[in-house]
Amino acid sequence: MTLHRLTAYALRSTAVSYVGLLIILPLAAIGHHSLTGGFAGFLKDLQQPQASSAILLTIEAALATTALNAVFGVLSAVVLVRYEFPGRWFLNAMVDLPFAVPTLVAGLMIAALYGPTGLIGAWLQAGGLGVLYERPGIVFAMLFVTMPFTIRALQPVLMELEQDQEEAAFTLGAGPWITFLKVTIPSVLPGLLTGIFLTFVRALGEFGAVVVVAGNIPMKTQVASVYVYGEIESYNPQGATSVSITILLISLLALLLLERLTRPPGERLPTILRRGLMMFPLSHRFMPTK
Amino acid sequence: MTATSNQTKIEVHNLSKRFGSVQAVSRVTFNVRSGELLGLLGPSGSGKTTVLRMLAGLESPTEGDIVVDGRRINDLSVQERNVGFVFQHYALFKHLSVHENVAFGLRIRKWNAEDIRGRVTELLALMSLQDLGGRYPHQLSGGQRQRVAIARALASRPKMLLLDEPFGAVDAKVRQELREWLIRLHHDLNVTSLFVTHDQEEAMEVSDRIIVFSKGRLEQVGTPAEIYEEPATEFVARFIGAMNILEAEVRAGVARIGPFEFPSPASRDGQKVRVGFRPYSVKVSEEPEHFRLQARLRHIYFLGVAYRLEIETADGFVLRSRMNKEEFSRRRFEIGSPVSFAITEFRMLPDAAERGSPPPVPLPPGSPLTP
Amino acid sequence: MTPSVNAPMRHVLIATVWLYFGVLLLGPIGYLGWEAMREGLGAFWTEITRPEALHGFLLTVEITAIVLVMNLIFGTITALVLVRQRFIGRAMLSGMIDLPFAVSPVIAGFMLILLFGPATLLGSFFGSLGVKVLFAVPAMVLATLFVTFPFVVRELTPLLQMLGTDSEEAARTLGATEWEVFLKVTLPSIRWGLAYGATLTVARAIGEFGAVLVVSGNILSVTQTATLHIYQNYVDFNYVGAYAVAGVLLAASFLILIGLEIARTRATASLQEREKIA
Repeated sequence: MTLHRLTAYALRSTAVSYVGLLIILPLAAIGHHSLTGGFAGFLKDLQQPQASSAILLTIEAALATTALNAVFGVLSAVVLVRYEFPGRWFLNAMVDLPFAVPTLVAGLMIAALYGPTGLIGAWLQAGGLGVLYERPGIVFAMLFVTMPFTIRALQPVLMELEQDQEEAAFTLGAGPWITFLKVTIPSVLPGLLTGIFLTFVRALGEFGAVVVVAGNIPMKTQVASVYVYGEIESYNPQGATSVSITILLISLLALLLLERLTRPPGERLPTILRRGLMMFPLSHRFMPTK
Repeated sequence: MTATSNQTKIEVHNLSKRFGSVQAVSRVTFNVRSGELLGLLGPSGSGKTTVLRMLAGLESPTEGDIVVDGRRINDLSVQERNVGFVFQHYALFKHLSVHENVAFGLRIRKWNAEDIRGRVTELLALMSLQDLGGRYPHQLSGGQRQRVAIARALASRPKMLLLDEPFGAVDAKVRQELREWLIRLHHDLNVTSLFVTHDQEEAMEVSDRIIVFSKGRLEQVGTPAEIYEEPATEFVARFIGAMNILEAEVRAGVARIGPFEFPSPASRDGQKVRVGFRPYSVKVSEEPEHFRLQARLRHIYFLGVAYRLEIETADGFVLRSRMNKEEFSRRRFEIGSPVSFAITEFRMLPDAAERGSPPPVPLPPGSPLTP
Repeated sequence: MTPSVNAPMRHVLIATVWLYFGVLLLGPIGYLGWEAMREGLGAFWTEITRPEALHGFLLTVEITAIVLVMNLIFGTITALVLVRQRFIGRAMLSGMIDLPFAVSPVIAGFMLILLFGPATLLGSFFGSLGVKVLFAVPAMVLATLFVTFPFVVRELTPLLQMLGTDSEEAARTLGATEWEVFLKVTLPSIRWGLAYGATLTVARAIGEFGAVLVVSGNILSVTQTATLHIYQNYVDFNYVGAYAVAGVLLAASFLILIGLEIARTRATASLQEREKIA
């Protein structure tokens, strides 16, 4: 065995065992723990009204967040890529801020401004529109932390999309709106889907921002991650495990579905590395910015 | 597909386009005859693509009119013009199959499903793409993509077909096939077509007529032969084919520079003129006494069909000569050795301001330049 | 340039984007900054120099530093293995790297509790050695490592792939050893991508809350990081203290943001240069 091959083998073993210990072992622990109570026990935990309503609320809020993020994310990405306007550079740099701000601080900021005593919150409260400690607050917090995903996943593909594809549609008689729906959106669909699914998964698991903003009232404003935290604090690992596993499975299914959907048309087998890239939006960000 | 329905006359009057401070096209006027295949030729940045895009409605002119079949179409949107446009990099819709790419414009124009299927099948057959309808653009070769782009552009029976550097993105061998194929296609369909190219050889081979552009201005309009034989400007002379150009001063009706003397009866004394002659007008012999002028052979280039010789006179003038294979093989050239040469035909090049070109001057017998 | 959207519509779209950013991002950020300073600079200073607060900052810095070093080393190795080697299970390895992304931080912390709890094999093993993992710094480091692992790897894999192996092979033909190849050829060409991944790691490590909260036990002045300190103050209704420390982290976020922008610009520029040469 040459030195080169020996090095390669050593590096490979290091990488595999590191990933195994850091990521797989903990996942195996929770998987193992979920099986100790049996499937019946698992179902029984989920039938707890607090558990089931927390899961349902989380899914609802995550879906609402995803929808809002998709609409405003597409709009923001298109405007930031296509239009010249004052402050464009500033907004473009600000997009990354939710990546840099601790989620707890994000929750705090939202609570401060839109809470009952906050500048805008007090005004909204007077109008009968409570944001904080209510469901809109949960969605708002989730929207804050997921904001970059759609925008950053779309920007590079929008830039890459040669303007001439849209012009081709114009010469074939398509107006701006039809061109946007039939050419622009389908062309950037892999990027858009990546952004949307990552938003959903991130929203499902969000804790720091939500725990401050939501009222955390069981059956009403308690999301799954806060429920799991409560169960851990009250020494009920069984209940925590069942809800955790449910959320984990939904997340994994979402990511698998993303992989399936973003496979290029006409291609049967996924290229493994491409799948890796598609799953993580940050890797798109080395695309040149115009 | 009736030939007459596709026949369209285009008139362009004083067309100009500014992008900010850049004058991309200035006051261009030309006509396109119905059923013609017209080449827009020029170096990059000469404004030819902008003219094409204004015809399509992708850019709006700053000044001037575009008239199609007697109707001014400046204010028609790109969607309303019904032009077929083939983009340089094809701009195929990557998320749609070949069939759906070709059908795109027909669906937009609300054809019924039966007609769409018929039309697409007909076009794919015409383009020899009949088996590829289900493929996606990324599964096609460059030449196939090109043909899909043309099929898509032709689908809704456009009034005119506009092609932007149609052969720019494929390799040399495929390019040659596509040229011949485009000529045949145009012959069959007879749709009024304009194509943009920076390759003069390509323009010569494919076009019925050529328009030469430089720096946003129209330099010359003419058949390939006219453009080659009678360049209207020095730019055209230099751009189309190779040309030797010397700057000479006229004294007593003869333009002189170094050892060269060109009869120029129409010029004033003291006038500076530019004299151009094609490489094939430069005859070279390895025998020092064969021709009157003397030089040294610097280089021999093999061009496949012919040879190019580069010779240098004692005063340092470098001229290019072209020689066919038969003649080359009869002679014994050696690089670095002395040769004799003569110039059999030349023309006085017009100033950039002047238009219209004097006919080439055959050398009278007894001239100092004749053998 | 293209006749797509008319001017009034364009203004409406731009205004909408400004409003979206304003409501979601800029408003809350500006307001928090204002709130942090509301009681005056003196109160702000008192809050952030309280021993508990200082301890929180210090612990955050410590954990971040350990995690950063670990991630740089193992992240680079994993990315290199993933891109440059072909082996059975490579696809699986690639998929696993994205897993932390699908795991809620609270669940990540919970998994560590299940793994290192006193009743488990590992827990009793470390217990017998006298090493306290859970409710102590080691578990907090592990939790942070778990959530930050993808950052460096996922920044480097596409970069390494784009760079190809040409220069590395050229260096080998010129007699460079594997280590020299890495130090003198590979590392310089990925350094800005590495910087970007490192900055993301730092951002996430400073800001990590859920996972650390669960495994730390949240013991005052022992396992309380800066974020945990904020949370403690917030639930104790000491808003001034919470906002003050949050303000410091927010300021750090802006530095991180600048770091991200620089790293991204440099990485992009060096890639474009390479393309020009090629």
